[in-house]
Amino acid sequence: MMRTKKSARAAQYVALAAYLVFLAFPFAWLISTAFKPTKELGSLHPTWIPKDPTLDNFRQAFEEQPLLQAMTNSLLVAVSAALVAVVIATPMAFVMARHRNRLAKAATGWVVISQAFPFVLIIIPLFLILKNLHLINSLPGLIMVYVVWALPFALWMLVGYVRAVPPELEEAASVDGAGKIRTLVSVTAPLLAPGIVATAMFAFITAWNEFFFALVLLKTPEKQTLPVILNRFIGTEGVADLGPLAAAAFLATIPSLVIFALIQKRITGGMLAGAVKH
Amino acid sequence: MGARLRTRTGTRIGTRTGTRTGTRTGTRIGTRTRTRPRARLLAAAATALGLLLTGCSGGSEDTDGRITLQFQSLAWQKESVDANKELVKEWNAAHPDVQVKYVQGSWDSVHDQLLTSFEGGEAPDIIHDASDDLADFAYGGYLADLRKLLPERMKSDIPQRSWDTATFDKGVYGVPFLQEPRVLIANAKWLKKSGVRIPTAEKPWTWPEFRKITKELSGDGKYGVAWPLKEPVSATLNLSLSTGGQVFHRGADGKVKIRFDAADQVVPGTVRAQVNSDRSASSSTLGMGGSDTLPGFFGGKYAMVPLGFSYRQQIVQQAPDGFDWQVLPAPAGAEGLTQGVSPQTLSIAEDSPHKKEAMEFIDFLLQPENTVRLAQGDWMLPTGTEALKDPALHTDKNDWATGTALAAHLRSAPAQSVRGYPEWKDKVATPALQEYYSGAIDAAELRKRLVEDGNLVLARYQR
Repeated sequence: MMRTKKSARAAQYVALAAYLVFLAFPFAWLISTAFKPTKELGSLHPTWIPKDPTLDNFRQAFEEQPLLQAMTNSLLVAVSAALVAVVIATPMAFVMARHRNRLAKAATGWVVISQAFPFVLIIIPLFLILKNLHLINSLPGLIMVYVVWALPFALWMLVGYVRAVPPELEEAASVDGAGKIRTLVSVTAPLLAPGIVATAMFAFITAWNEFFFALVLLKTPEKQTLPVILNRFIGTEGVADLGPLAAAAFLATIPSLVIFALIQKRITGGMLAGAVKH
Repeated sequence: MGARLRTRTGTRIGTRTGTRTGTRTGTRIGTRTRTRPRARLLAAAATALGLLLTGCSGGSEDTDGRITLQFQSLAWQKESVDANKELVKEWNAAHPDVQVKYVQGSWDSVHDQLLTSFEGGEAPDIIHDASDDLADFAYGGYLADLRKLLPERMKSDIPQRSWDTATFDKGVYGVPFLQEPRVLIANAKWLKKSGVRIPTAEKPWTWPEFRKITKELSGDGKYGVAWPLKEPVSATLNLSLSTGGQVFHRGADGKVKIRFDAADQVVPGTVRAQVNSDRSASSSTLGMGGSDTLPGFFGGKYAMVPLGFSYRQQIVQQAPDGFDWQVLPAPAGAEGLTQGVSPQTLSIAEDSPHKKEAMEFIDFLLQPENTVRLAQGDWMLPTGTEALKDPALHTDKNDWATGTALAAHLRSAPAQSVRGYPEWKDKVATPALQEYYSGAIDAAELRKRLVEDGNLVLARYQR
């Protein structure tokens, strides 16, 4: 019995290790490529560790494209989109979770359906709307799009978190004289913190990685975001300037990694809180 | 785990609510005192964000009577971007009343991006693209017909065969200015050692000779050629012009029919035989892009790789020290060295209010000496006959001369003006050719699919 448990545990660890290797492989290869000189990139027998590591790819990436500007734009857009999405989604989620009527059901249905629309279907009407609002080639316009794009899923996530909060706490606050808004701000929101962080991370990553809207809506290089700038390392027939592309892509992952590292515990807490039924 | 989480949260909440709900007054004061610095911080952050965002909003055009044209370039390699930007700078210095704003586009996504811009009425004035991407935009009325705008110098400098690449329904919707033939990039040392005849533009290999030579060069896990056919359709159709292959035949009624005659079958038949019967072409490269074959080429696995002329830049950058390579013309057939190309083009948006000025800028950009700078930046050939005479393009260094000698044989790619071609390519021809080259289907089945299925697709576009 004990042996079975041990072997099962060992198998679990092996499976976990294999999964981690599978997940880490592209990123590890990206880092390896970023530090390889051009001639080594064309080698028939590539190695994990660059034989002659170099920073040339990073230098070239910064020289050829406005990476810092693009990173600033991406950060600005992603943080703003995440903040606004969470601020809007939290009270909406509260209402949808606590008032289970037809309207709430219809809203949930809308959330699910809205996820089914592909980008290409909405891009032209969206472009025209933003044009009328004079928001083409502007970061506020892009932020607005990302908020709208992230909102349904953010709402859906937060509804789950709100439902995990015992309504008795809100009732207790109500007995103490707190109104709806006060209850939401002082009682529910602090409990939802992990869920809000997880939702904000989702909105942030969605905006940080998004390419197509940014490509279509932003024209001038000084306003373009990182995914659009990374795309410039790819030329005709899919030929890529591999070294600088890997270097720039590696740099592009750093903010996400740092943010994940800083709030990892909160995210884990938030994910679990959303999953537990009371 | 869940219980621990609940306890933690519960404790935290308990403390906070307890403190805040002591008395109403106490709560208010307490809250204010606690949130004031945070509120200030938030207000400051919001103000900073607002200022940053405001600073990033779009600008205006045509201020103070000065015209500002937007030029969207797809240049992506450093030399090419530099050449384009320098030329824009020179223009702006010489034309204070007509300023050009350089906008960077991307080859990878240009079609969708342009389509959206056209629909939204926000397209750039001057558009860099390729002739095989223009058909939808030309037929859709998004691009200006340039016939009345073109200066005489440009009309006569660029050969008719190049103008044909950008002509749709008799209208000219782009100025073709850079092009590249498909060539054989060869391991020079290997070829020399084998003693095979080295082909030239004057005396190229024939397709049967090419097949025989690749067989001679193969063995011991090495291959005479590696065909990178991830996108097999354009390579097959363009090279088939050398054997008289047309595939698309326009009738007197203007409608196009697909045929797959003997002349169309020479190139695909050769590739299939090399991969499946002769074993002189690697089957593993059939699904690869051009760049993917380079490590094997540098590693001595393949003697030759058919690639676009501009791949020389990658080879110069990536080849190991001492690697000796050379450019050879693609094999010739009944029509000699003829092959199809889709040149890079410069077009003007139909919605542009400054078409005349836009054409003046294009004329400046494509002055022979400027075209040479652009050609060198992209490692491609100019279409203009004056630019082609430039000594810089006739040098043996990096085999410029071999490519330049092929310029006269380049024709409009056979399919690019055919409506429905993209669907035929994606849904019919690409899978059919991939299966044929890998040996999964025979020539009869390939013909059936290309012709019967293909004509059904085209019919929908030609009602």
